[in-house]
Amino acid sequence: MSGAAAHARLTGVTRVYAGPTHVHALGPLDLDVARGEFLAVVGPSGCGKSTLLDVLAGLAAPSSGEAWFEDRRIAGTVPDGIGVVFQEDASFPWLTVADNVAFGLRRAGLDGAEIRRRVEDALGFMGLGEFARAYPAQLSGGMRQRVCIARTLVLAPRFILLDEPFGALDQQTRLLMGDELLRLWRRTGATVLLITHALDEAAMLADRVGVMSARPGRFIAFVPTGWPRDRDSRVVSAPEFGALTAQLWSHLRPESLRAMGQARA
Amino acid sequence: MSRRRAVLGGRIALIAGAVAALEMLCRSGIVDPLTLLPPSGMAAAMVAVIASGSVTGDILRTFTTVAVAFGLAVAFGIAVGALLHAAPRLRRALDPLLASYYAVPLFVFYPLLVALFGLNVVPLIVLGFASATVAMAMSTLTGLDRTPRVLLKAARVHRLGRLRTALLVVLPAASPDLLTGVKLALAYAFIGIIAGEFILSGSGLGYQIAYAYDSFDNRTMYGLMLFVLLIATAANAALHAWEQRVRRRRSGR
Ligand SMILES: Nc1ncnc2c1ncn2[C@@H]1O[C@H](COP(=O)(O)OP(=O)(O)O)[C@@H](O)[C@H]1O
Ligand SMILES: [Mg+2]
Repeated sequence: MSGAAAHARLTGVTRVYAGPTHVHALGPLDLDVARGEFLAVVGPSGCGKSTLLDVLAGLAAPSSGEAWFEDRRIAGTVPDGIGVVFQEDASFPWLTVADNVAFGLRRAGLDGAEIRRRVEDALGFMGLGEFARAYPAQLSGGMRQRVCIARTLVLAPRFILLDEPFGALDQQTRLLMGDELLRLWRRTGATVLLITHALDEAAMLADRVGVMSARPGRFIAFVPTGWPRDRDSRVVSAPEFGALTAQLWSHLRPESLRAMGQARA
Repeated sequence: MSRRRAVLGGRIALIAGAVAALEMLCRSGIVDPLTLLPPSGMAAAMVAVIASGSVTGDILRTFTTVAVAFGLAVAFGIAVGALLHAAPRLRRALDPLLASYYAVPLFVFYPLLVALFGLNVVPLIVLGFASATVAMAMSTLTGLDRTPRVLLKAARVHRLGRLRTALLVVLPAASPDLLTGVKLALAYAFIGIIAGEFILSGSGLGYQIAYAYDSFDNRTMYGLMLFVLLIATAANAALHAWEQRVRRRRSGR
């Protein structure tokens, strides 16, 4: 990462949920995400991954420390150029698939022809072409998540954050969706941060995998994968893949045990 | 679709059967036709009364009163629902009041309203408004409670301001429950105002029904009753169909 200016940066960030429960959810942690990088983040459940995403996206203010995007301090609003795909289904159920995807473009005030062109392109790219006029409720969970990805990618964000977007999908679909995400990343040149609980997904997709500790989440290791840029899901059969996954697990296992203890306590 | 058609067909058959049975009871003399007009007689009386033009002013007056009370109730109910949603403490404090609101017969306050405002349309509007607005507020609360937080996050990622978030995300997200509220508000406003006119008023459909009753004018009374029933049912059915269409779209059928 040396030489490249950080595209997004966290310095000394913590996040505490105030209130009667007072949960110290995150940090303190530092993070540099390089421009154009594909970074995966893994960590035990409840360690603060979604909280990390909220802070990076400008959806939540850090309790201490600073968040930066493109050399500007993030304060209070989501900066222009950031796209988020949430863990939960965030498609708008009252809009058709095409209208969901066009939502952000309409707000941006583009003209109709341009919107149609971009929407068609995004629908085609995500394999949603024939569902343009369907409503989200008529689609499976995986298809709805694709709608959300398409809605994000039409806006051509420079930094795409995804929070366990394939969590609800079966293994085969997840592998294929991973391929699509890689294609998307290569085509747009965007910086990607993918939160996942699946070690194989992280190992297969990312340039670099950040491993988080049990709550309050901090980074305990960054593991570079060394894959070429034009990789796809077939890297799972490469001999290094097993070693990589094993390495991630050796970092994560004690943290997962700790997180289980927290959950029981 | 075919199942829905079958259910609808069954419902229509049921109503048609009941009407036909009533018609036969009246015509055969089992029920005294002077006490209860046969349905065909009611329909004929309705057409005659409306066509005579003698109640046109009352019809207009009742419907404008309902429209004003209903409009105010919807706007105020949505505002109160949104306010209570944003202020959970206030909501907790008011919750028992809201929950028992419809246990109180609001009509007992009507004479008081007349004493306060005079025998004009204001007490009627207040009565219709008071009957309707709490249902609207409670439906608004339900709709806002059911709006997934992630949709609000999506609005923020799309960099929408407060107004646009409200109009483009919250309003459509809550629309099925809002429509339920609108449907209830219309029904309650209608009931409140017709009943108010019935109890104490110098004009309006409720007043004309009461007047016909007092002067033993059965044809006018039944004709107007049928008219009120048809209008109320039609308005309710239209709103219900709209609500169902919105809900079906959300449930994927
Ligand atoms: N709004 C909130 N209020 C209080 N605690 C929260 C809130 N959101 C998350 N938490 C807590 O913060 C911790 C981290 O949550 P989260 O970031 O969702 O973890 P992850 O995404 O890694 O599963 C969890 O213990 C969770 O219960
Ligand atoms: Mg999470």
